[in-house]
Amino acid sequence: MYDVILPSLAEGVDKAHVTYWFRSEGDDVKEGEDLVELVTDKATFKLPSPASGTLKEILAAEGTEVKVGQVLAKVQ
Amino acid sequence: MILDFGVIDFEKCLSIQKELVRRRRLGEIDDSLILAEHRNVFTIGRTGKIENLLVEPADLKKHRASLIFTDRGGDITFHGPGQVVLYPIIDLRNRNRDLHGYLRDLEDLVINLLSDYGVSANRMVGATGVWFGSKKIGFIGVSASGWVTYHGASININTDLSFFSMCQPCGLKDVEVTSLKRILGKEIAMDMVKNRIVSCFEEVFTSWHSRKFVKSDIGGIFAAQVSAALA
Repeated sequence: MYDVILPSLAEGVDKAHVTYWFRSEGDDVKEGEDLVELVTDKATFKLPSPASGTLKEILAAEGTEVKVGQVLAKVQ
Repeated sequence: MILDFGVIDFEKCLSIQKELVRRRRLGEIDDSLILAEHRNVFTIGRTGKIENLLVEPADLKKHRASLIFTDRGGDITFHGPGQVVLYPIIDLRNRNRDLHGYLRDLEDLVINLLSDYGVSANRMVGATGVWFGSKKIGFIGVSASGWVTYHGASININTDLSFFSMCQPCGLKDVEVTSLKRILGKEIAMDMVKNRIVSCFEEVFTSWHSRKFVKSDIGGIFAAQVSAALA
C-alpha cells in the first residue's frame, strides 16, 4: 500500500485546499498520472500518483483544507 | 524554446501547453515559453465564481466573447487582442519546488517589463498580480502538473479595457484595470513588447537561456503535435 502524501508546495506554506480528484475510489491508476489537484493562492498543483495500482481510499474530500505531510489517499 | 503563436484560440493553446508539460516531465524538452494573444474570452479558474461575470453568459455572444472554466488557480479574468499572455513551461523541481516563489517570479517579470517602458509597477501583498498604483495591469494564474508549470500571466498592453467592466477581475470588488497604452497614452508595438518579455524572462529565470526564437516556423520534435493542434 502506498500513501499519497501532500508535499510542501511553497516555502513557509503548510496547507492547501483539495479542489479536484481525477480518479474515484476503486479506479486503476498509473504511476505519475495526475491523481488529485490542490490549490494554494493563485496556483493549482496536480499531484501525481506515487505508484500504479488501485485507488483504494480517498481520505480528503474536494473542498477540504489539508496539511503538508497529510495522507490524502491510499494506492494499492 | 520560445513559441510565439500570435493570436490563438485559448483552448487550442492550452492543449499545446499540456503536451509540452508531458514532454517536459519526460525530459524530452527544456524549459520553454509560449507567447500568445487570445480572441475575446473570459476564463474562470478553479477558485472562481460565475457571479464574478457581471453579464449574462448568454449575452456574451453579442459582445463577441466566450466563457471558459479552466484548471488554473485564481478567479475570473479576461483575455483579448492587444493583451500579451505568457505561458512558461518550467520544471520547478529545478527551482526549489516553490509555487509561491514562482508567482513572485512572474510578478517580477511583469514589473521588469513595465519598468523598461518607464512605468513603475508594484506587487501587493495578498493580492497576487501586478499593479500600477491601485489599478491592475498584470494578471497571474498558474498550474503545475508534477512540478512542471503551465498557464501563466497576462499583461494589458493595448487591450480593449471595456471588457473588464463585464467582470470582477480576480473576484475583487471595484478593482480598476489599466493598460500600458492607457498609462503612456499611445499604442504600443506588440513585437517590441514580446522581445522585451523574452529578455525579462531570461533575466528572472536566470538558469534559463533561449536556444531558439521560433516564430510561425514551428520546428523541433513536437512540430507534428503543434501543427495538429493548430490545424
